[in-house]
Amino acid sequence: MAATDQPLSAPSLELGTAAHRRSNLARQQRLWGWIFLSPWIIGFAAFTAIPITASFIFTFTNFSLNTGDPISFAGLDNWLRLLRDPIAHQTLGVTIKFALIAVPIGIIVPLGLAAMLNAKSLWGKRVWRPLFYLPYMVPAISGIFIWQSFLNGNTGWLNRLLRGVGIVEPPNWLQDEGFILGAFVLMGLWGVGNAMLTMLATMQGVPTELYEAADVDGAGPVVKFSRITLPMISPVIFYNLVLSVIGLMQYFVVPYVITRGTGNPNNSAYFFNMFLYKTAFTNFNMGYGSTLAWFLFLIALGLTIILFATSRRWVYYASGDS
Amino acid sequence: MAAVARQTTRQNQAVNTSPFYAKQLRRFAGGSMVTLFTFIIAIVYLLPFGNMSMIAIKSEDQITGSTEGLILPMSPETFEYNGTVYEIYQVPQEDGTVRELALVDPGRRSSDFIDPSNPDAGLITWEGSWRTLSPVMFFEPHFENFGEAWRLIDFPRIFGNTLIIAIGGMIGTILSSICVAYAFARFPIPGKNILFIVLIGTIILPSQVTLIPTYAFFASIGWTNTMLPLIVPHFFANAYNVFLLRQFFMTLPRELDEAAMIDGAGPFRVLISVIIPQSWAAIISVGLFHFIFAWNDFFGPLLYLLGNQQQWPISIAVQQFNFQYGPQPQLIQATSLMAMVLPLLIFFLAQKIFMRGVVITGVEK
Repeated sequence: MAATDQPLSAPSLELGTAAHRRSNLARQQRLWGWIFLSPWIIGFAAFTAIPITASFIFTFTNFSLNTGDPISFAGLDNWLRLLRDPIAHQTLGVTIKFALIAVPIGIIVPLGLAAMLNAKSLWGKRVWRPLFYLPYMVPAISGIFIWQSFLNGNTGWLNRLLRGVGIVEPPNWLQDEGFILGAFVLMGLWGVGNAMLTMLATMQGVPTELYEAADVDGAGPVVKFSRITLPMISPVIFYNLVLSVIGLMQYFVVPYVITRGTGNPNNSAYFFNMFLYKTAFTNFNMGYGSTLAWFLFLIALGLTIILFATSRRWVYYASGDS
Repeated sequence: MAAVARQTTRQNQAVNTSPFYAKQLRRFAGGSMVTLFTFIIAIVYLLPFGNMSMIAIKSEDQITGSTEGLILPMSPETFEYNGTVYEIYQVPQEDGTVRELALVDPGRRSSDFIDPSNPDAGLITWEGSWRTLSPVMFFEPHFENFGEAWRLIDFPRIFGNTLIIAIGGMIGTILSSICVAYAFARFPIPGKNILFIVLIGTIILPSQVTLIPTYAFFASIGWTNTMLPLIVPHFFANAYNVFLLRQFFMTLPRELDEAAMIDGAGPFRVLISVIIPQSWAAIISVGLFHFIFAWNDFFGPLLYLLGNQQQWPISIAVQQFNFQYGPQPQLIQATSLMAMVLPLLIFFLAQKIFMRGVVITGVEK
């Protein structure tokens, strides 16, 4: 990443030669810099730094918007409650279980689509790319109801197809606790557009000399893909991996809308974030809600650190690319 | 097939007679296979759209009635006789043929029919349960479902609400992100690299951890049940947009800035008359990203606007509509389709700008 300052081309700016004049100019430039930066500085303080600190403090209180009681200090009560709370553990389990299925698919599917659309012999490339990106543009709420109908046990097209190929009793996807997470994974397939597009763009940027050299060595398409394409696009895979892990920890809208906030059948679709929402914004228990939020944050932070630590082994950065 | 073609090429190369055609043939075969495969994947990938469109134009009777097994929107053929409307069924005859007859008097053991082509011939009695017969159907899409959904959900109001939220935030994020990106791209701020890493770091910060104090703050100043919490925070820049604009600004030659400065322009003047006029493509994509984000946003409105029905944007209105009209899937699918028309239209019109923006923010970090 080119985050370094470009050397100021100040020498070409010889307005006056006096040194003090130049330092005056530099000071003025710094001042203007802070002025232009101020919206973000203020926003960062108001909507990130202060709230993070405040929610950490809330975890040690019994702050509630409901009772109107004054905030009182509760020590480690919320954290101890979290350790013993079976619902917290169950919802975290659902979230992790779902992430374990969804993360690999969220990388492999867009990778496969990108490789397919990058095939040299594919006709009509300009048509396919927007077509596969299209579902990503569908607003979440529309996509959810479209899929709900598509996955309907009786009349949905998916089960018609499955019956058509000889599966007599296809699952009732969204009502069956054994299949609902799988159904969410299917719905997630419409969200791979961004990852696909970034992977495709990076694949197109891989220098063709590398493939030509491999051709000379007699490498086949599989070897070329695994030895050249994958390492060359590994930074983008890594970036998408981090985003998808963080995103899945916060998974909310799909299960909330599909199960109407209940997480049923039998809590099989009750995600951690739905529990957090219910605690903080239905029961207005902001102290425990903040504890759940901070717990989620710590997990996300831990996973990010682990991912970054392992990335040294498998993410390839071409020289010059930070 | 491909192997044969490859062998042919090799032979041709050996004797060096017209290798061109064999190569072209092989390329043609490969291209058509890959394209066919892509086509099939695309059909499967986009299949839910088909499911939605067909349900959106079905009649309520078809969905709740016994004819729900049909994929296409169909209605039963009817025949009017002496002021009464009768449904037409396919009635098998003893000689093995099937006649299309109107059911006049249904009975468990035997039913009376009349022949629509010759009603004066009188009643025809048929032995057997009429329920085993299949009705004669004809294709009839019900586009009036969209009108009904439009009216029931009060589409103009929710459309207007969504536009206010989306455009308000869009103006905010464009103005603020331009300023911040300009600061990062052009000014010697001490600790700039660290600040920039902090900015990018906010992308992977789970929003839950700031949510509760932010909500409590907005509640304490009386902003819950208004659109303000969904608009005002966007006046304080956002990591994606700043990153995209900064990357773009850094590609602009500094000579133009300097020329303007020599002519006596201050930093603000340079931004307005030098930087912005060269950056419309990036600014438009920032605006579009925000517009799509705001259109899509469900959690924000759920948190701040659920209690105020007059201000519901599309996402919440459609979800609540599902609570009310869940048993009428044709209306749900019609509203889902209506809710996605504008984002898809924008995408098709501004495809190039859009996808370039995705690539800049997604690839270069």
